[in-house]
Amino acid sequence: MNLTKEHILTLLEEVKDPEIPVLSLVDLGVITGVDISEENHVTVNMTPTFAGCPAMDYMKKDVERTLEKYGISKYTVNMSFDKPWDSNKLSERGRQHLKEFGLAPPPKYDLILDLDILEHVRCPYCDSEDTTLRTPFGPTLCRSMHYCNNCRQMFEQFKPL
Amino acid sequence: MNEQAIKDLLYKLADDQLILGHRNSEWTGFGPILEEDIAFSSMAQDKIGHSLAFYTLLQELGEADPDTVAFTRNANQFHNSQLVELPNGEYDFSLIRHFLFDNAEIIRFEMLSQSSYEPIAKVATKLKGEVKYHVLHANTWIKNLGSSTEEAILRLQSSLNEALPYALGMFEPSKYEQELIDSGVYAGEEAVKAEWLKRIQAVIEKTELKLPDLESIAPRYGGRYGNHTEHLQPLLDEMAEVFKIDPTAEW
Repeated sequence: MNLTKEHILTLLEEVKDPEIPVLSLVDLGVITGVDISEENHVTVNMTPTFAGCPAMDYMKKDVERTLEKYGISKYTVNMSFDKPWDSNKLSERGRQHLKEFGLAPPPKYDLILDLDILEHVRCPYCDSEDTTLRTPFGPTLCRSMHYCNNCRQMFEQFKPL
Repeated sequence: MNEQAIKDLLYKLADDQLILGHRNSEWTGFGPILEEDIAFSSMAQDKIGHSLAFYTLLQELGEADPDTVAFTRNANQFHNSQLVELPNGEYDFSLIRHFLFDNAEIIRFEMLSQSSYEPIAKVATKLKGEVKYHVLHANTWIKNLGSSTEEAILRLQSSLNEALPYALGMFEPSKYEQELIDSGVYAGEEAVKAEWLKRIQAVIEKTELKLPDLESIAPRYGGRYGNHTEHLQPLLDEMAEVFKIDPTAEW
């Protein structure tokens, strides 16, 4: 069988962020490239969301496990900063899944981060924009904490980066 | 490209991150409020991640693996500035140190993202986005507390005065300074310092704090080449305590 890049990406849809199990690594945007050599050797390139994210090692192993599960024995999974991740790389589908999970998706922005961007977050529960940033540091490196003045609930946002 | 010069640069970047990351982690469970406990713990995790990124570049240049480098050297083999090894003290000192350090660090990363040495440029491009959160955090608290109660202002001012000689020590020139500048690897400590001064001044001006005349302060140099305060070795002993029980263990 000749493997294709599309086929590999479909398989990798199965691999989820261990801390946000509704979000696939493909939708998260951390799979930066898939190459298949003439000898059917599969190379998957990945990049971390945050350099200190302890889940990245787990995600890399999960990619390897998934390839093996589908009978792909010749593979290399690389983790590098060659194509650095930013939160604009989250797909539309990924953003929708985050919202359904109760995590406000990061706003698309021009990659110039200021407090204004952090302070105006839409509540994932009631869609109100009347929310307050409580702290830019949440339970994991990729989340900030906010309070909704409308539905009076704390909620988390996947941080813009 | 002089590999020694690049290693020298990488070691000081990585060691600063590792040691300050460890100090930040000492706030876990002790923060004055829950949000600050989480903030310092998160920044610790980021910084240790950043040190790993630079130790990995060192490994690619033939140095030992990151764990060995982090856990088996003695104080006189570390290249961090003395600023980052000082004990946390009270919250006001940790906050001032965080403010002085991260405002310099983000400038280093911004400049290094333009480095002619591509591996450093790639890592710096990534990390400058993360450290932005650290800078926002520090600047917000300095602005809030630096214009709040008399006690807060007095405490921050006294910590600022105490930390400044060490903060200036961050800009200790490298043995390879001119070479790094000439080859476009790094803009150099003087350039970082000049920009740093502008940025910290802009924040301090919005508070009741006063920035002392920096010309009259002797910088605490030495850290970049293994000359440390008595506080570093106990930190390293504690950090490596578990690792040294069984250095061959798989984690």
